[in-house]
Order: sequence, then structure tokens, then C-alpha cells
Amino acid sequence: MRATVLVRPKAGILDPQGDAVEHSLRKLGFHVSAVRVGRVIDLEVDATGEDDARAQIERMCHDQLANPLIESFEITFEAS
Amino acid sequence: MSGPPVVAIVRFPGSNDDHDAAWALGSVGADPVLVWHEETELPAGTGAVVLPGGFSYGDYLRTGAIASLAPAMSAVKRFADAGGPVLGICNGFQILCEARLLPGVLRPNRQLEFLCEDVAVRVESADTLFTRRCSEGQELVIPVKHGEGAWYADHGTYVQLAARGQIVLRYTEDVNGSFANVAGVVNAGGNVMGLMPHPEHAVDPLLGSADGGLLLAALVDAAAEHALAAV
Repeated sequence: MRATVLVRPKAGILDPQGDAVEHSLRKLGFHVSAVRVGRVIDLEVDATGEDDARAQIERMCHDQLANPLIESFEITFEAS
Repeated sequence: MSGPPVVAIVRFPGSNDDHDAAWALGSVGADPVLVWHEETELPAGTGAVVLPGGFSYGDYLRTGAIASLAPAMSAVKRFADAGGPVLGICNGFQILCEARLLPGVLRPNRQLEFLCEDVAVRVESADTLFTRRCSEGQELVIPVKHGEGAWYADHGTYVQLAARGQIVLRYTEDVNGSFANVAGVVNAGGNVMGLMPHPEHAVDPLLGSADGGLLLAALVDAAAEHALAAV
């Protein structure tokens, strides 16, 4: 099953990368604010169904893909 | 048990201060032994563990995140759970946080610059295995060299850590956006410490400072005690 994991810095967490991107966009003349940079992880997982896949990916997020102290995550599945 | 105490230095792909750590530990009386990250056991008689600086796995995902899952880290966890002294330096600190052996996490420096300079840190607690050769309030000059050294924990966690004396070292000024200028912390058990400055680069006055030697020599003392207790 194909899935996408979106990992984002939690609200209130300093995101220097987001700040730098925002600064750069402003230099280009765009009126932007609150830029935050996260990560996208596409993956294929062997699973019996969406619930099983979600449970597995939640474990992956907990064990490796995200650090719960500073990041939140969101799992979406490709429509089949 | 006789002879210098064994200090295991775990090397990951991308570690680069492993040899400096070995040299520095040897200079303060340890028998340093390099251990590859795929090993599942620490060397017999290990008295302490050092996780050295570097850029394990190219800092992919998050600094220290991939190295924290290495087979050798399971052995380090067992060693720490049994009270063994463990010191993480720079990338080693990042790995210990990701392994949840230490509280908090290291984030990119606020100024987005790689920092490479001598900094002053204040000893906030001299009542730890690692700082007992120092005195409380003493200022140590030790170099830092990192891009992701801003320690972060939520306010509640920080207050609890500070009350328990787990904030061991603090920068004397804001160098990287670290929460409350924290430069080094210990775990609740007091046997696992991480710090961003590099004590192994400050063990000889010819190199600008020998203050790092105080921390490493204390670690070697702790290694000798732990090895003795384990016999």
C-alpha cells in the first residue's frame, strides 16, 4: 500500500529553516509569513488493509520518522 | 582488576571525532577501545562508553536519529540501564537524545550558521560523575563545532530538570539559541551525560585550553569505579 507521511515542526518550535526560506521569498518580492519547512516521506508498506498500514506507519513515526518532542505527523493514502 | 579502565568509543558511519576522543581519553588514563556500530556487545570489562562527535549517517532525517537505532546502541542502553557511565559529545549528545536516554532534542542553530569556536560554559552542578573534578560555578573554555546544537525541551520539562540538577553545563552567553543556554544535561540516574562542546579538543594548554580534560578525567574515574563494581 502506498502512503505519504507529512512531518511538520510543531507550532511554537523554532524553525530556522522556515525563517530562512521566508526571508528569501521576501527578497524575491513575495508577501509571505509563517513559513515552516517539514518533510515528506513517500513509502510502500506491506499491509492487510488501511488500518494495518496506518498502525504500522504510526509505529514508524514513533520509532524513527518523527520526534514527538518537536514534530507532528500526518498519514495519507493514495486513492486506489 | 588492574590496568587502565576500558572506555568504549562507538563509531558510526560519519563519526569523525572518534580518534581524537581515543587520544584524549588515553592522555587522561583510559584504555580507549573503538567499537563499530554493528557490534551487539560492548568489549568485556567496559567501564564507560563515549559516543563521539561527527555527522553520523550524514545527519539524514534528524541528527542522530538513524544512529540511535544501531545495534551497538542496544548494548549502550543495557550498559546505561545497569548504571554504566555514558558520555555523548556533540553528535553523541544528539544520538543520546534521539535514543531517549537523555531529555530534549538538538535543533538547528538559531542563526543557521555552523559554529566553530571556543566557548565558555559554566558548571551548574559539580555533583555528577562527569563534573566532580570541577566546582560549581566554574567556567570552562571548550570549543564547539556544530550546526545543530540548540537544545530544546518544553518549559515544564526544563523546570523539572533544573530543579533536579540535571542541567549540568550552560553557555555563559547565547551561542546558538539553545533553550536557557543549556550546553549539557544528565539523565535522572546521573550516569548518562551529553554536551555539545568537545572536551576531547581541550585537553592540552598548547591547544588553547585543558578544561575538557577535567570532564574526561572524571569519566575515566567513573569508568574505573564501574569496572571494579562489575567484577
